[in-house]
Amino acid sequence: MIKLLYFARLREALGISEEDYAHDTALTVASLVQVLTARGGVWHEEFGGKKTIRAAINQVLVKSDAVIADGDEVAFFPPVTGG
Amino acid sequence: MIVRIQTEDFDAGAEIRQLRLSRADVGAVVSFIGQVRDLNDGTSVSALTLEHYPGMTEKALEDILTNAKQRWNIFDGLIIHRVGTLAPQDQIVLVTIIGAHRGEAFSACEYVMDYLKTEAPFWKKEQTSDGERWVDARVSDTQARSRWEN
Repeated sequence: MIKLLYFARLREALGISEEDYAHDTALTVASLVQVLTARGGVWHEEFGGKKTIRAAINQVLVKSDAVIADGDEVAFFPPVTGG
Repeated sequence: MIVRIQTEDFDAGAEIRQLRLSRADVGAVVSFIGQVRDLNDGTSVSALTLEHYPGMTEKALEDILTNAKQRWNIFDGLIIHRVGTLAPQDQIVLVTIIGAHRGEAFSACEYVMDYLKTEAPFWKKEQTSDGERWVDARVSDTQARSRWEN
């Protein structure tokens, strides 16, 4: 089981801020993005590659080849705009 | 090293004074204050709401300050960043760097802001005359950061 978090524009578009996700096979950020895209509709819209999305595992920014372990907190969000 | 994320306003003068007086060998104090503008991309902005990722945002800011201290010959640094709903002319962010001399302190302050803008998980949503909109990341911010990358 991993915990998924969504922030900002992504959270609003998906209508969800977090969920628990059970998985049987090994996951990378890229393969998780494929799973989420396959949910279709707004998920395909957001994760399908048209929009830039950044990912963090356990609160550290990662690239798409990063490996996700059981119990990890995985966050997805748009490019940041603070300051 | 001080990192604070808060909804309430900050007293920049008091914060800077406290850091400046924290040691007697300080010869340079450089600060940046970010302020909410009433205009963005040609549209008037009536309010700005800032969202963050509790936990990760604090860690990201601490990492940025740590990296700045390793890279530049400075003594210490402070970042205060506000979240929640802000109005035009409200303060958003304060970065203060103390060091022995101005050159390294100026550079470190720019470095911290460039990385804060591109790596720290904050997101701005504007209330405008045309409704609400999420602010898009600027290519110029990534370009500004890239000058520190070698």
